[in-house]
Amino acid sequence: MKGTYLGEFEEVVLLAVALRYGEAYGAAIVGELEKQMNRSVNLGAVHSALNRLQEKGLVTSVMGGVSPERGGRRKRLYQVTPAGSAALREIHQLRNQMWDLIPKIALP
Amino acid sequence: MIQDNTTPKPPQWASWLLKKFCAPHLLEEIEQDLEELYETRIETVGIKQARYRYVQDVVSLLRPFILKRKPSLYPSLTLFDMITNYFKISLRQLLRNKVYSFINIGGLCVGMAVAMLIGLWVNDELSFNQYHQNYDHIIQVLENEELDGGIETFSSLPMPLSHTLRTDYKSDFKYVVATTWHWEKVISYGDQKLTMTGRFAEAGFPEMITLHMYAGSPAALTDPSSVLISQSLAYTLFGESDPIDKMITLGNQYTLQIKGVYEDLPRNSTFHGMDFIAPIEILFPGKEAMNNWQSSSFQILGQLQPNSNLAAVSAKITDVLYQHNQDRAKPSLFLHPMHKWHLYAFKNGIYEGGRIEYVYLFSLIGGFVLLLACINFMNLSTARSQKRAREVGIRKAIGSLRRQLINQFLSESVLVAFFAFVLSLLLLQLVLPPFNDLADKEIRVVWTDAYFWIAGICFTLLTGLLAGSYPALYLSSFNPVKVLKGTFGVGERAAIPRKILVVVQFTVSVSLIISTLLVYTQIEFAKNRPIGYNREGLVNMPISTPEMEERYEAIRNELSASGAVAEIALSSSSITEVSSSANNLDWQGKDPNRQALFGTVLVTPDFGKVVGWKIKEGRDFSRAFSTDSLAFLLNEAAVKLTGLKNPVGETIRWHDKNWKVIGVVKDMVMESPYEPVRPIVFFINNRERMFNSIHIKLNPSLSSRGALSNIERVMKKHNLASSFEYRFADLEYAKKFAAEERIGTLAAFFATLAIFISCLGLFGLASYTAEQRRKEIGIRKVLGASVFNVWALLSKDFVGLVMFSILIASPLAYYFIDNWLEKYEYRTPVSLWIFVAAGFAALAITLITVSFQALKAALMNPVRSLRNE
Repeated sequence: MKGTYLGEFEEVVLLAVALRYGEAYGAAIVGELEKQMNRSVNLGAVHSALNRLQEKGLVTSVMGGVSPERGGRRKRLYQVTPAGSAALREIHQLRNQMWDLIPKIALP
Repeated sequence: MIQDNTTPKPPQWASWLLKKFCAPHLLEEIEQDLEELYETRIETVGIKQARYRYVQDVVSLLRPFILKRKPSLYPSLTLFDMITNYFKISLRQLLRNKVYSFINIGGLCVGMAVAMLIGLWVNDELSFNQYHQNYDHIIQVLENEELDGGIETFSSLPMPLSHTLRTDYKSDFKYVVATTWHWEKVISYGDQKLTMTGRFAEAGFPEMITLHMYAGSPAALTDPSSVLISQSLAYTLFGESDPIDKMITLGNQYTLQIKGVYEDLPRNSTFHGMDFIAPIEILFPGKEAMNNWQSSSFQILGQLQPNSNLAAVSAKITDVLYQHNQDRAKPSLFLHPMHKWHLYAFKNGIYEGGRIEYVYLFSLIGGFVLLLACINFMNLSTARSQKRAREVGIRKAIGSLRRQLINQFLSESVLVAFFAFVLSLLLLQLVLPPFNDLADKEIRVVWTDAYFWIAGICFTLLTGLLAGSYPALYLSSFNPVKVLKGTFGVGERAAIPRKILVVVQFTVSVSLIISTLLVYTQIEFAKNRPIGYNREGLVNMPISTPEMEERYEAIRNELSASGAVAEIALSSSSITEVSSSANNLDWQGKDPNRQALFGTVLVTPDFGKVVGWKIKEGRDFSRAFSTDSLAFLLNEAAVKLTGLKNPVGETIRWHDKNWKVIGVVKDMVMESPYEPVRPIVFFINNRERMFNSIHIKLNPSLSSRGALSNIERVMKKHNLASSFEYRFADLEYAKKFAAEERIGTLAAFFATLAIFISCLGLFGLASYTAEQRRKEIGIRKVLGASVFNVWALLSKDFVGLVMFSILIASPLAYYFIDNWLEKYEYRTPVSLWIFVAAGFAALAITLITVSFQALKAALMNPVRSLRNE
């Protein structure tokens, strides 16, 4: 059972899907991550993460329509599911909660 | 290459690679992503970097989920799916027609088992002696000598030859050793006495034949007081305790120390059954005997150097023997390589015949038996074509290609072959033990041998494809329109190939029956040959210790007194062999250019009375004439060879002495019952002790068991009981037929199987015909046909085919068997009754097979077959 544990890379990919709402497909996510993280990201890693997220039920996908300027190939568009957003919120909340608990003196 | 003006294309090989590995349902989106990233990167980081990143991305996509095909989304029929489907359909076909499946699988199973059996046998024959590592380089020195116009090949050579070859041809031979044949000797250790066979050999012999030592060293043979023994002998004598350095006595003469124990030699080695190897030097107390070029009684074996050439060395040593002994008629030496020892024989000085002929013959038979089974499959498949025609029609109508139909039928036959293969493995395991007895072999299937399985699978596939080839081509050729319209009919013409195949089957079967009968008549013919002496109650005891010879007179007196024996005598060879010969006899009127070889048999004066020979002229040996110590008895063949008109009273010179011919005996068959009797001179000489057999004529008024126990008691009294071994002359004589009888039994075995398989096929065909003509038979019966009429109707065709086969088989079998008989001088005339008998047998078997189905059809109530009309 894979559970809903999220790896670091999966988390940022999931965030990117949410960020590019309605426009989240492989290349766009790669672009987004490179922009945000300022490092090069492999397409294979992204697709693999998307695949795992989908298996965990955190994202869904549909094949998008054909855009004429793209030579007739379709994009697979990803969207965060309620479970996905719940997971993100939970992580966010956990981080905030921990952040708040850090004594001021611990972070010079 | 630029497709549109703005963007250069990404590396094509990477795109190609992606297409190769990516699952089709993921390809579109991934290509889209790659292309978009590529385009944006050209703008941001430049074309070179973009291309580099493109390749990197493709490589990074090599992940399991990308590779994984999604069958549900894009269902595609791979080869595997089709094959699964073919096999599923084949299995259903097999289950639906159980009788045909049984005949097909059963027939193929027997055929394959026979083919594998023969394969194993041939493999065993061809691998003979491969146990010895130097197999490729070991040779035997043989000698060709011209005698009476022909060339005879001898393997007995003088002892010093080995030394000469060893020293003068060092660069050609790694080893040259002289050895005896396997000799029987009594081995004693403490109270134990055993009669064992072994060899006396020169040092180097164990290394040359690569004995596998359990303990000790093969090099010990250089010490003349050492002996090497086999593991089984070591176990019999010493059980679990260590045999090394123990002392044993050989033939009550030589006390030797055990210096090594070797693994028993396998059945398919020339040296099988060799239980000891003793130094040959101990046979020669004086050194001169070892330098005797005049007497030839040893085998010379050798191993060539890795780089020397057999033919060249052969040519080099041709004259060596002649240089040392000019008495003989220009003997020429040559080398006989180990890989030919077992399979090839000599005739007139060249390789001709031998067991290799049986290897070819049995391979041929194996192939034929398998072919018969394949023919059954073909016949039944095409006979049932009408049933399958509709299936073919529909498949074609909905778009099957012919190629696919062929594949389907071939899968069916391969499946049948596979089932047959599995069953034939069981059958093989079952028949191997009796087959080994029959063929005098020790063949085993090594189940863990990968080669066996690879060969087995290939063999199965080949058989399946062979059996299925014709039906597949035939059945897939139907015209769907005709079939589905109902105008399709399997005409007269379709049955012709089937008829031809039945004729082929029965030709093979009948030929085998005829050959078997002929082999047996030949054996019977030779067995009934007048042998010229009386085998009744004749017992032969080998002389295995010198005491037996020394105490002979005492033993003879006591045995005669005991009443157990009628007569007793000694001779230099048993009655079933002639072990020595001479070519230096001279007589009045001998052609000086002619070489004449006589068998020489040394006997005691009572020999004639013991064996019951017939004197034709003159008189027998007698103790009353002291001059008989220089007297000869000739057999008829010897008289013929000398050309003497009145032989009795003539003088023959031999070894510088004058021998007087006192009589002529009728020819006795002492050697091969298939060969002409060779010229033999018998003589008595009490001074020379060269006897090796005691001949005893048991007292006919006593039971042989009682007489033998009496003899044993006497032997025991002389402390010779341990070596009390006797052989009945008639049993010894019967052994001479073993090889031929083996061939006969094997031929009978294969003939039975061949006819069984052929009948199985006939049975299937007959049942099919009967079923096909059900309605016709019903109508005929309603109109008044008798059971006999119907039976005749159905049997007629098959009987005709079988009669035709007999006509073809007879001359074929005659040709082969005539070739086989050629090699026997004394052979049976080929008589007509054999062909008639084989023909009748084949016809009878056919009728029985077919009648079963024909009667079933004829006895059926016509109401049942016509009810639905």
